[in-house]
Amino acid sequence: MTVTETVLVEPTQFWTRERKAGTGLAIAGVVVTVLFGLLANTRPAAFTLAETVSGTAFTINGRFGAALFGLIGVAFAAALWLPEARRWFGWLVGGSLLAMVMSFLCWQLSDSTANVMPVGQVARSTVLLALPLIFGGLAGLLGERTGVINIAIEAQFITGAFAAALVATVAASVWAGMVAAAVGGLLIAALLAVLAIRYLVDQIVAGVVLYVLALGLTGFLFEQLMRADANRYNNPSRAPAWEIPLLSEIPLLGPVLFRTSIFVYLALALVIVIHFGLFHTRWGLRTRAVGEHPTAADTVGIRVLGLRYRNVLLGGLVAGIGGATFTLEATTNFNKGMTAGLGFIALAAMIFGRWTPVGVLLAALFFGFCRALAFYLGTIGSPIPSQFLNMLPYLATIAAVAGLVGRARAPAADGKPYVKG
Amino acid sequence: MSDDRDPTRDRVEPAAEPADAVPAAEPADQAQPDQATAGQAKPAEPGPAASWAARFLYHLWSANIVTVTLLAVVLALLVGAVLLVISDADVRATYAYFFARPGDALSASWERISETYSTMFKGAIVDPAAVGRALDGSGDWAVVLRPISETLTATTPLVFTALAFSIAFRGGLFNIGGQGQAIIGAIGAALAGFLLPLPLGLHLVAVLLLGAAAGAVWGFVPGILKATTGAHEVITTIMLNSVALIFIGWVIGQSWAANPDRPDPISRPVENTARLPRLLAWLEPGLRVHLGIVVAVLAVAAMAWLLNRSSFGFELQAVGLNPDAARTAGMSVTTTYTLVMVLSGALGGLGGASVVLATTPYALTPQLIGNAGFDGILVGLLGRAKPWGVLAAALLFGALQAGGRRAQTGAEVSLELVYVIQALVVIFVAAPALVKATFRLRARRTGQLEGVAARGW
Repeated sequence: MTVTETVLVEPTQFWTRERKAGTGLAIAGVVVTVLFGLLANTRPAAFTLAETVSGTAFTINGRFGAALFGLIGVAFAAALWLPEARRWFGWLVGGSLLAMVMSFLCWQLSDSTANVMPVGQVARSTVLLALPLIFGGLAGLLGERTGVINIAIEAQFITGAFAAALVATVAASVWAGMVAAAVGGLLIAALLAVLAIRYLVDQIVAGVVLYVLALGLTGFLFEQLMRADANRYNNPSRAPAWEIPLLSEIPLLGPVLFRTSIFVYLALALVIVIHFGLFHTRWGLRTRAVGEHPTAADTVGIRVLGLRYRNVLLGGLVAGIGGATFTLEATTNFNKGMTAGLGFIALAAMIFGRWTPVGVLLAALFFGFCRALAFYLGTIGSPIPSQFLNMLPYLATIAAVAGLVGRARAPAADGKPYVKG
Repeated sequence: MSDDRDPTRDRVEPAAEPADAVPAAEPADQAQPDQATAGQAKPAEPGPAASWAARFLYHLWSANIVTVTLLAVVLALLVGAVLLVISDADVRATYAYFFARPGDALSASWERISETYSTMFKGAIVDPAAVGRALDGSGDWAVVLRPISETLTATTPLVFTALAFSIAFRGGLFNIGGQGQAIIGAIGAALAGFLLPLPLGLHLVAVLLLGAAAGAVWGFVPGILKATTGAHEVITTIMLNSVALIFIGWVIGQSWAANPDRPDPISRPVENTARLPRLLAWLEPGLRVHLGIVVAVLAVAAMAWLLNRSSFGFELQAVGLNPDAARTAGMSVTTTYTLVMVLSGALGGLGGASVVLATTPYALTPQLIGNAGFDGILVGLLGRAKPWGVLAAALLFGALQAGGRRAQTGAEVSLELVYVIQALVVIFVAAPALVKATFRLRARRTGQLEGVAARGW
C-alpha cells in the first residue's frame, strides 16, 4: 500500500557543483589577476574584429586590461555562489574562463611587438581547426549513443582523407572526392561493426586494430601509387567556399561562418540535424534506449543489432567526410599519417561535450581555439611555448573524465556487446 | 589462386615458432575433446590406435590457438599479395589484356609476390645466398646471422610495449598509452644518457632505471585517476599519448637538449657509456642485436613469475577478472589498479629506452618511437596477454618488420605493407570465428573458441 512510497530528498550537500566550480574559478581568477597584471606591460593591447590588424580596434592599457579582465573572471566565479546559479552554470563558467583568456591576451599583446590581435583571423582558424573534430566527434557520438565505442575515428579520417584525395583528383571533382571520403569512412565503419557486433570482438581492440590497418593501408597505397605520380593521383582542388549574401556582412561572425568553406556549413548542419534527430525523433529515442539499456529496448521490439549497425555506418559516413577536410580543405594533397591523431582528439571532443551534438560543437571549438591561439602566439613571438597551449585540450579532457569539472557520463551500455537471450 | 598461395607457404614458417612457444595450456585442453567428441557423430577422432600422424593432423585441423594464428598469418599474407598486385603499375598493366593472354598477368603477379615475400624472408630469417657464400668460403658466417640480428633488434621494443599492454590487460585495464609511455621513457633515458656524467656500467643501469621511472610516472597518472575517480583509462592514456608527443617536441627544442650541430629537430646523442652494447659486435660490427633483447627476455621471465607465482600477480588477475569479487575478498582494487599501471608504464618506458639507447642516431627525434606503442598492443593481443606468448608474437612481428625493411630496399615495397599484414593477423585472430568459418575448422567442443576469446580479449 504505502510501502512503495519513496521520499525523494534533494541531496543537500554544501559543496554543490556550482560552489565547487565557483571556488576553483575564483581562486584561478585571483591568481590570473595578480600574475598577469604584474607580468603585463603598460603598453596598449588592441583587438580588431576584422581579419587584419588595421581597422577599428578595441584598445586597452595592457596591465589595466589584464587586471580588469581577471577581476571580471572573479566576478563571474563569485556569481556561481548565488542561489540562482544552477540555471546559468554553463554561461557563468564560460564567462569566467573567457575573461581569464582575455586577461591572458592583454598580457601577451602588451608584451609583444605586434600589440594588435586580429580576432576575426583567430576566429576563422578556430573554426577551420575545429572542423574535423566536429565531424569526428559526431561520428563517435552516433556510435556510442547506441553502445558501440568507436576508437577507429582516426582510421575513418585517414581513409576518408585518402579516398577524397584520390577520387577528387582522378575524377577531377571535389564532390566526387567527398562522396568517396564518405564511402571510405563507411568501409572502416563496416569492418568495425562486423567485428564488434557480429563477432563480438572487444570494441576497443577492434578500433585500435583498425587504426593500425588504415594507417598501414593508406600509407602503403600512398607510397606505391601516389608518390610516383602525384599529379595524376594526389592533386585535388580545394573545396569551394560559399558566401551567403546578407549574413556574411555581420561583423566578426559573418566572414567566419557565412563566407567560408562548404565543409563548415555541412558541419553546422550536421550538428543541428543530429541534435534534432537524437532528441526529437523516434530514431533518436530508440538510439538512446539501445545505448542505455539494450535488453529493455529489445523487449519493446526495437531491433538492437540492426540499429547499432545502422548508426555505426552513419558515423562512418560522417567521419569519412571529416577526413575529406584534411585533403580538400586544410591542404590539397594526401600525406602519410596526416591526420596526426586528430581522430583521437575528436573522441576527446565527444567526451568533453558529454555525448551531445551541441557539446561536441563547443568542445571542438574550444580545442580549435587552443590550437589557433597557440599558432597565433607563435607568430607574435610569445615566450609561452606553443606546445603547452597545444597540450591544454588533452589535459582538459583528462580533467573532464576524472570528474574534476563535472562528471562526463557515458551511455550505460557503451562498449558492451549485446547478445540476445 | 594457387599462384597466390605458394609464396606464402615458406613465409608461414616463422609463425610456427611463436605458435609453438605458446605456453602449455595445450595438454590440458587436448584431454577434453576425447570425451566431448566421443558420443557425437562427428568425424571420428582417431583413437590411440591410430597413427601418430593421423592424430597430429586431427589436432592440427581443430581450432586451437596455434592453428588459428598460423592460418591468420596465411590469410593476412594473401591479402597482402592482393595489395601487392593492385598497387604495382606494371602488373596492373598486364591485367588490361588479361582475357587475351592471362599467362602474362599471372606470371607478372606471381613474380611480384614471390619476389616480395622471398625478400622479406631473406631479411628476417636467413638468406640462402649468404649461406652459400659462407659455405664455399667466399663469404662470412657473420653475414648469415644478420637477418636474425635484425629481427631480434626489431623485436626488442615490441616485447616491452607488449608486456606493458599485457600486464594492464591481465589486471582488467586497457592501456592504450604504450606509445606515450615509451616516448616519455625514451626522454627520461636520453636525458640521463647525455646529461648525467656516470662511469661505464653504472651509467647504463641508471639510464634504464630512469627510463622505466619516467614511463612509470606516465602510467601512474591514468592508474591513480582510474582507481580514485573512475576516469576510463582508455581515454586518459590516449590523451597522455598526445601530450607525450607534444612534450618530446618541446624537449628537443630546448637548449639543454638540442643538438647544436644539427638544423633538424634532434637532441644530443646519448653518451657511449649509456648505450646498450651490441652483443655480436665482436663477430661483425654490422650485427645490431643488442643487450636490450636479453633485458626483454628477463622482463618476460619476471612477468611470468609475477603473474603465476606471486601473490600480487594473483591479486591483479583477480581484480582483472572481477573487481567486485576481489574487493569482497579483501583485496585493494585501488592499490592494484595504480600499481598495475605503474608497472605497465615502467615496461613501456623501457621499450622507449631500448630504442633510443640502442639504435642510431642514439638521440631523441619526434618520430623516434614510430608506432611501437600501438604495435605493442597488437603483439600483446596476439600473444593472448601471456608473457611467453607475447615473446613469441613479438618475434613474429619483429621478423615481419625486419623483413619489411629489407623488402623496402630490395623489392621496392613500402614498409607499410607490414603494418597491414600485422593488423590483419590480429583481426583474423581477434575474431576466431572468422578464421574458423573461412577454413571450416572443427570446433573442438562447443564454446571452445568463445572461451578463448573471453579469456583473451
